[in-house]
Order: sequence, then structure tokens, then C-alpha cells
Amino acid sequence: MDSFELKEVQRLEGHTDRVWSLDWNPATGHAGIPLVFASCSGDKTVRIWEQNLSTNLFSCKAVLEETHTRTVRSCAWSPSGKLLATASFDATTAIWENVGGDFECVSTLEGHENEVKSVSWNASGTLLATCSRDKSVWIWEVQPGNEFECVSVLQGHTQDVKMVRWHPTEDILFSCSYDNNIKVWADEGDSDDWQCVQTLGESNNGHTSTVWALSFNASGDKMVTCSDDLTLKVWETENIGMQSGGGFAPWRHICTLTGYHERTIFSVHWSRGGIFASGAADDAIRLFASNSESQVDGPLYKLLLKKEKAHDMDINSVQWSPGEKPLLASASDDGTIKVWDLIS
Amino acid sequence: MTLGLINANPVVHAKKERIVRSEEPHTDNVIDPLDIYDFVRDIRDPEHPYSLEQLSVLSEESITVDDKLGLILITFTPTVRHCSMATVIGLCLRVKLKHYFPPHYKVDIKVSPGSHASEESVNKQLNDKERIAAALENPNLRQLVDECLYSNEL
Repeated sequence: MDSFELKEVQRLEGHTDRVWSLDWNPATGHAGIPLVFASCSGDKTVRIWEQNLSTNLFSCKAVLEETHTRTVRSCAWSPSGKLLATASFDATTAIWENVGGDFECVSTLEGHENEVKSVSWNASGTLLATCSRDKSVWIWEVQPGNEFECVSVLQGHTQDVKMVRWHPTEDILFSCSYDNNIKVWADEGDSDDWQCVQTLGESNNGHTSTVWALSFNASGDKMVTCSDDLTLKVWETENIGMQSGGGFAPWRHICTLTGYHERTIFSVHWSRGGIFASGAADDAIRLFASNSESQVDGPLYKLLLKKEKAHDMDINSVQWSPGEKPLLASASDDGTIKVWDLIS
Repeated sequence: MTLGLINANPVVHAKKERIVRSEEPHTDNVIDPLDIYDFVRDIRDPEHPYSLEQLSVLSEESITVDDKLGLILITFTPTVRHCSMATVIGLCLRVKLKHYFPPHYKVDIKVSPGSHASEESVNKQLNDKERIAAALENPNLRQLVDECLYSNEL
């Protein structure tokens, strides 16, 4: 049996309040392009961090400030890596463009009634989704000249929506909420007629408290969700070609990981290599992988390692980097970001 | 804000006699629940010019500490079962504790069992970290909390 270790590569200070979220720039980490990630904080700013190719250490390249007037809760790079969307408690979503090393706010998306919690780009970068405490999910179409047009306002959740994520290959949107449900949204008639095509709730073996995050595996046929109910749940779908031609194939629960976490799990992220990491309010990072020695009726996933006291306070976000040898970054209430190397 | 008070006639108790405690900031690793109680007993109720202790919203038994886990649990009793000020009381407790205790302590706040009509739903709100953070950025709520914490009426 392999033994794994999460080795701390670097501890990044700079934010002056808790760090809520971070996102790696998907267009970095290969072909000599240094890894870049963005982090966002209760200090109302976003910081851009870049790895030095010789030292492998990260440093802060830019601070995006004086735009959001409240906490910046999450951030997401477009698939091309050219744009960064930032979602804030000030009820707006800002779009930033890297103009010769300086980041400029090129657009501000308004409409939500209160705090925007999450933002996500679809795989082709043509659509953006946002969600809010106002219980709605908005879909925006990206137009020429950095214009964004709202094409749908999705109602359905009965409470605060915590996160939205597009499927990695199909234009299908997933949202998770304080109402304990996960909802799946698809464009039924291919004419901006977005509808909820599935709700994963308690009756489907779903979560029994707030669902904080969701993440897909590389092939997009599995999804892992994390919750205030102290469990991780894995879901599966059969047919990945789920667009209007093939019809929508529903998701079903295949595994619940229970007993591993003692406090709320805020973040989960599935690596391209098949390991998913969780970040929780007990200050620990946990890694899980497929259980290769799985017996009939045995657990499908097993705990690979638990890194206790990974931070001094709650961990809000864990994200695997792009690139050949993925690093793991974690963001915490302690105001720091840590970068980790997975060693076996 | 609501026009009428939720509870127009609260029952007010005499202040408990208090032992003089050290003013020094906390340095030990062990936290005494009574130390915590001392910091929160005088928080003013959002609606009435009395402390949470005087209204029996809080008592010494309200606080439990698990030093090993670094966990503080506070249980309070709203004055009426349908009290909508419960979340404000929760905010006051968190802001007050943030100033006095090592930040790595986890704080869970609940209403005492049976004391509120929507107990589960209130407890969920009292402990959703993101909602708490957003609420404290709301200037109106922040002002109300500050009034409860820094009132000079006691």
C-alpha cells in the first residue's frame, strides 16, 4: 500500500482578513508558463500570485482593490485564462482583464439582490453563472467587447445558494444550497430556456444540511459534494453526452463518506489524477481516492491521508493546480494560503 | 426595524453578585467558562435596556469549554419562543468573544433546547459562518450589535 505525505511548500501571507477562496489560472503551469492563481478575501481584495520558475516559490504580483466594497467571496478564471471573475458580498460580480501586467476591471455584473457567493465559467468560456443569498442563479452570456448579458434568472432553491459549477464538458449547470439540495440546470430547448432538470435532496440519499461545494472528476461522470452534515457524497451519471440529442441522464448517489470530519466541510476538489481533497472547519485537509481493494458492498473510496492543523483556523478552500505535477493550495480564516506538494 | 417590541414585558432578574476577576488578557491554555461568562453577561439585549444576564438569556451554565478540542459552546435562552432577535444575540456573542479569546477557538452558539419555536432553523443560522460574516458587513446590523456591546447603561 502506498503511503502519501502532504508537504508544505510555502505559506503565503498578504491578505489582512480571512481568505475565502482561490482559483488557479487554467492557462498556466505548462510550456514554460509559470503557475498563477488568484485568491480573494474578507479584506475586499483579490491577490494574484505567480510561481517563480527557478525557485518554485510564489509571490504576489498584483492586488485588485478599490472595486468591491465588501468581502470578495469567490473568483474564477475564464478557460482561456484571460479574464477573472470575482463575486462579492457587495452584490456585484466584477470581470477583470490582464492588460500588460495590470488588472483592470472591465465590467461589473449587477442584478443580484444581495451577496453573490460563487461564480463559474462554462468549458467554452461563453457562459458565466453566479449565485446569491437571494436564492437565485443567474446565467450570463459573454458577448464581444467584454459585455455580459443576463440570459436567465433561475429560481428553485428555497434558500441561500452557496456555489455554482458548470460541468467540465457539457453546458449543464450545478448549484448547491443552504436548503440542503443540489440542483442541476440545463437548456431544454436550446433557446435560453434553462430549467431545473434534477434536484438531489434528502430523498435521493442527499445531504441533510447546507451543501457548501461540489467538484467533478476529470471525465465528468462523477461528482463529489461536501456539507455541513459532515459528510462527502459521491454521485455518478451514466451518459456524459447529455445534451439535447442524447437526453438528460440523471445523477445518482453512489457513496457517502461519513465519520471522517468533525466539523463543517467547506470545500472539496477532485484532481485530474483521481484524488479529491477536502478542506474543513477543523483546520484539516483530507485526501481521498478510489478504493482499489474494494470488496463487494465495500466502500468505494478510502481516506488517503489526513493533514491535521494544516492551518491555524478553518480551511475555506482547497484547489489542485493545473500542470503536470499538481500542487494543492489551501485558503484559511487565518489569512494565509498554503501550497502543498503531494509526495508518495 | 420592527415597530413593536417582540417581547414588551420581559422578566428582569437582579444582577448576580460578581467576583472581581483579573483584567489581564488571557494567557493560559486553559479557558475557564466563567471567564467567558464574565465577558458576555453584560451584553445588552437588542430590545430592552437590560443585560442578557438580567433577562436570564444567559447564565453561568450557558458556557461550556472543551480545551482539548479548542471548542466553546454557548447556549442561550431567548425571552420568548418566537424571538426574532436570536440571530442578533448570536452576532453580539461572536463579536464580543472575537476580541477576547485566541482566534483559533471554535465557537458554536445554540438556543437552549425547547426554547425557540424554530430551534433547528435558528441554530443553523447562528452557526453559518458565511451568513455571519455578511451580516456583520451590514451597517445597520453592525450598529445594533455595537449598541448592545458598548452600551453605557449598565
